[in-house]
Amino acid sequence: MKKIARAALLAAAVAGIASSASHEARAQASRETLKTVQGRGVLNCGIGTGLAGFGIADASGTWRGMNIDFCQAVAAAVLKDAGKVKFVSLSSKDRFTALQTGESDFIAATTTWTMSRDTQLGLNFRPVYYYDGQGFMVKKATGIKSAKDLSGASICIQQGTTTELNTADYFRKNSMKFEPVTFATNNEATEAYESGRCDAFTTDQSVLYSERMRFKTPDDHLVLPETISKEPLGYIVRHGDDQWLDVISWAHYALLTAEELGVTQANVDEMREKSENPDVRRLLGKEGTFGQALGLDNDWAYRIVKAVGNYGESFERNLGQQSLLKIARGQNALWSNGGLQYAPPIR
Amino acid sequence: MSTTSAEIKPGKASLLYDPKIRGYAYQFVLLAVVGFLIWSAASNAIENLRAQKIASGFGFWHNASGFDINQKLIPYDASTGTYGRAFWVGLLNTLLVASIGIVLSTFLGFFVGVARLSSNWIVSKIAMIYVEVIRNIPLLLQLFFWYNAVLKPLPNPRQSIVLPAGALLNNRGLYIPDPQFGPGGSLIIWAFLIGLVATFVFRSWARKQQAATGKQYPIGLVALGLIVVLPTLVYFATGRPITFVYPELAGFNLRGGIQIFPEFVALLIGLTTYTAGFIAEVVRAGILAVSKGQTEAAHALGLRAGPTLKLVVIPQAMRVIIPPLTSNYLNLTKNSSLAVAIGYPDLVQVFTGTVLNQTGQAVEVVAITMAVYLTISLVTSLFMNIYNKRMALVER
Repeated sequence: MKKIARAALLAAAVAGIASSASHEARAQASRETLKTVQGRGVLNCGIGTGLAGFGIADASGTWRGMNIDFCQAVAAAVLKDAGKVKFVSLSSKDRFTALQTGESDFIAATTTWTMSRDTQLGLNFRPVYYYDGQGFMVKKATGIKSAKDLSGASICIQQGTTTELNTADYFRKNSMKFEPVTFATNNEATEAYESGRCDAFTTDQSVLYSERMRFKTPDDHLVLPETISKEPLGYIVRHGDDQWLDVISWAHYALLTAEELGVTQANVDEMREKSENPDVRRLLGKEGTFGQALGLDNDWAYRIVKAVGNYGESFERNLGQQSLLKIARGQNALWSNGGLQYAPPIR
Repeated sequence: MSTTSAEIKPGKASLLYDPKIRGYAYQFVLLAVVGFLIWSAASNAIENLRAQKIASGFGFWHNASGFDINQKLIPYDASTGTYGRAFWVGLLNTLLVASIGIVLSTFLGFFVGVARLSSNWIVSKIAMIYVEVIRNIPLLLQLFFWYNAVLKPLPNPRQSIVLPAGALLNNRGLYIPDPQFGPGGSLIIWAFLIGLVATFVFRSWARKQQAATGKQYPIGLVALGLIVVLPTLVYFATGRPITFVYPELAGFNLRGGIQIFPEFVALLIGLTTYTAGFIAEVVRAGILAVSKGQTEAAHALGLRAGPTLKLVVIPQAMRVIIPPLTSNYLNLTKNSSLAVAIGYPDLVQVFTGTVLNQTGQAVEVVAITMAVYLTISLVTSLFMNIYNKRMALVER
């Protein structure tokens, strides 16, 4: 009895110390992600569970996609090596918890930035790397041409997404009925749709195109013309770590600025040595101390472009004309080309 | 001072050395430590959530949910629903599949368990293969099997399989006619309920009579008359007030009728067959625990195999069967949370899936869900323990 009590007291004391210590450590870690990552030497990048164009493992097991490019860009900027990334694959259900608990350093998955997520989850979304909208996909054989014809349909949805809410809103607004069939992951929802459990499958349009490509007969499926929501896809970091938020934001802006200035993976070395354009010189670290102000060094943006190219290159390679998806730039063109992608100036 | 020391009787140690008091003191300290650990864990969590600016508290319960659920036993829709309402929808779906699953798996389990002891070689081997196969494959795989391999290849709604009595089967589920009660329709339900109660009363009376006088009454026939014939007579007497709404094709889905979702059926089949495999073994163990002398004695008294099993073996076997049976019921209820894998909207899928993600309040949502499963399990064990006490050997 005595021994037990003594052991319990000891355990309590240890647990008390441990809990306060880990509390401190965690608070510290959540404020200083940049330092943590540099100390660890590896970037834990939260990505989705597999979506062509954004992040999917190819036949050899290598992750590829726009989100993957960005993880590598951040690793290049922060760790000076684009290869030092550990990909943490997260379902949409688990992604926020994984970030909150520190399992990943930031999230580069197809996550919509909404007000409630930004304000209630202890997370920050920024910047928007892809402007998307929700759509529907149906089998051509059904003869449906518009989302307005979907009254009474069963619709496969991935749970825990904005999609789930938008769909309910859309049918409510148009006084139509539908039967939701919700699954934990996108793969399950897609499979259920393909096997005929649902009349329609709904999610972000980029994802619809991406999933359609994986079907046995992609041409039998039609993405309906309606876009029923705004889906700004953003990168996510923990709330309260402004420096890390800056790093992530400016990594994206560096990609955009490079495209705007015509700096590509192929010509970045030449541009760095020869360009007289002050914008290019600032971006690539020849003028000013912008990288140091970010907590990095002045070559940060050079390494990003060297590793993955500029935003346009990454887009075309993963989603655009050089990929199987053939998604047009649309709203994701640079502002100078009539799109929404706009980077604040580096100066 | 001197008076107090005088009161201590010689030979009696001080309170500090009293083993009983010390025992209490240690237990109190242990309790305090455990309480402190729980309190510090909780306050630590709350503090961390606050520090990270993550919303906390249970205020989300009454907030509008905004998402829809397909299978709901209580009215719920996206426009008026709240997270709290969604919780009840999920909970009822869990209870529905668990309660039906418990009843079906008990019947199937008893049947298989008895069959495995059958003297018929084929019957006992089939039962054995069933038990061994079912018990040794993970339940999750079985659920995927039932959902994908059996239910999904069904035809689309336009090519529905027509079943007797206007029921239709397709890959959206099983559609059965929906009974509508016209004026006087409730009388039929009352007649049925009265018949049911009357049957029970008659049965206990008949048993007492048999125990007292040895005279047997035709319980089966009376039950048939009261439960089936009586409501039927009322049905015709009130002018056939029940009409059926039959499912029919409208748009690209069926409309009307009661829809039983394939996710529900897959989960129910999976849970039932899986748990029945375990119950079968429990039943077999229980029966084998009854000494062979009991069976031989019953045979010697002239009882045939059926009555021997029913009147002599099973009642004694029940004492061995009930405790492990309870834990199988609890397992079934807990296993129903695997519904999340096949899209059945049970508590875990709706509440710790969608609600957790839309509100972001993981700690609260998971705590509520755990409390619910704990409550369901404790209530189930409570009832099974009461039943167990009634069945226990009455020692004189």
